[in-house]
Amino acid sequence: MSKLSRRELLATGLAATAGASGLGVAAKLAERYGLIPPDAGGLYGAGETLTYAAQRLLTRHSMAREFAPSQISKDPFANAVDPLGEEFQRFQQGRFADWHLTVDGMVARPSLFSLAELKSFPCRTQITMIQCEEGWSYIAEWRGVPVSHVLDLVGALPQARYVIYRSIQPDWWESIDMADALHPQTLVTLGMNGGELPVAFGGPLRMRVPRQLGYKSVKYITRLTLTDSLKRFGKGLGSAAPEGGYAWYAGI
Amino acid sequence: MADSPPISSRVPPPVHNGRAIDTTSQMADSIAAGSSASTVPATILRPRHSALVRVTHWLITLSFLALLVTGVEILISHPRFYWGETGNIRTTPFFTLPIPASRSTVPTGYGYVLPDQNGWSRYLHFESAWAAIGTGLLYLAFGFFKGHFRRNLLPALSDLSPKRLAIDIGRHLRFRRPGEEEAWSYNVLQRLTYLLVIFVLFPLVIWTGLAMSPAIASAIPAAVTFWGGQQSARTIHFFVSGFLVLFLLVHVFMVCLAGFRNRVRAMITGRLTKRLEGA
Repeated sequence: MSKLSRRELLATGLAATAGASGLGVAAKLAERYGLIPPDAGGLYGAGETLTYAAQRLLTRHSMAREFAPSQISKDPFANAVDPLGEEFQRFQQGRFADWHLTVDGMVARPSLFSLAELKSFPCRTQITMIQCEEGWSYIAEWRGVPVSHVLDLVGALPQARYVIYRSIQPDWWESIDMADALHPQTLVTLGMNGGELPVAFGGPLRMRVPRQLGYKSVKYITRLTLTDSLKRFGKGLGSAAPEGGYAWYAGI
Repeated sequence: MADSPPISSRVPPPVHNGRAIDTTSQMADSIAAGSSASTVPATILRPRHSALVRVTHWLITLSFLALLVTGVEILISHPRFYWGETGNIRTTPFFTLPIPASRSTVPTGYGYVLPDQNGWSRYLHFESAWAAIGTGLLYLAFGFFKGHFRRNLLPALSDLSPKRLAIDIGRHLRFRRPGEEEAWSYNVLQRLTYLLVIFVLFPLVIWTGLAMSPAIASAIPAAVTFWGGQQSARTIHFFVSGFLVLFLLVHVFMVCLAGFRNRVRAMITGRLTKRLEGA
């Protein structure tokens, strides 16, 4: 081989080394700034990390689109839910008077809020779209308490990085990072289109994360848990979605 | 000299930069003993497609096939299309594909539900989209800075006259096998089609794909409202994907017509002909 190709080989080697160490530094920085999703391992981890990191950098403070009252869907589709258990039916018979939201984990004051208490908190009303990963969507007016307000009340510890939320349906639990949890449009939702939140749409209490797909807006929530790591929960992938084969981050 | 490329006005002059020389030495290894790199004219050994075009071509091929398969999987979970901001099974569709769905909530008129593959399909769709975008950016940078677009894709003004175009279209419609001289350059219809795919269809499919993302829509609302709503963007995404599939089919057909083995070899190794006889 000629001298030239040896020189090229050297250059290629140097470039590869620089590239590899560059990637290493990028990974360290990404970890440091919370740009790596909990489901970053495995075959689809690279794509997922790129999506999450890019959107975190681009959309940390952006506001979900809000619509005019005339754009509210006349006949929204609630989507099917698994049969609600006996426990839920007992709450329903009592008109949800005993429904509580537990807030625990990395908080100064673990607390329990009744629906009546939640209703007394400062409320936000917004007309936003909900999009299902299947492809369909509708627009509704949602009324609820910003999660950030609830976290202020319980005193979220500075090391908390995620909020896990659980449904009364045993297999449904999700989590969001603090950028979404503290976002003004992320609501524990109590009302829809001017009335109570119907059971089919997640009543009495539903998480609404309007900058992510519908499956992050878990119905019938009972508990928020703040944590600095998602590794100890479930299979350590962040939520039920990746355990069922779906992306943890659903801003797409 | 039967296999040597004829020098026509279309064929750019041989390039004597590092890449061309490197290819020369590479190819010299495969030439029958007796000839050496220094005695082989560079004209003959210039690769039909540059290494970067070859690598990005196959990376895009892989990503596109992955995007296509997963796109179809995602689509069948709701094979209904809408116009405007919203749409669901309670609203009137713009049109419905006459296929069963992979979700039981969608009324399709079929008595059965297809297997649901949305989870991994969505993961792979977006991962392949990243691969396609990375490859595309590399290709664009190469195309602009190394003159690939100007030299190989921009049609000559004289070729754009209605008369010349009509001749070329007529040739294509008769499925005329392209002549030897055409193997070393793109004809005007090819150039226009590639430019359309690179600068119109791919950007459109990426844009309408991003417009479906609620997070991107929050950061850049105009990316959605431009199309008249999120469901309109989804519908356009479907049609543009359809045009890309149509391009793929015609492209593969034309490759077969022109000589599948030679053309595919040229896109893999850079060599248009099997052996360089008479070199």
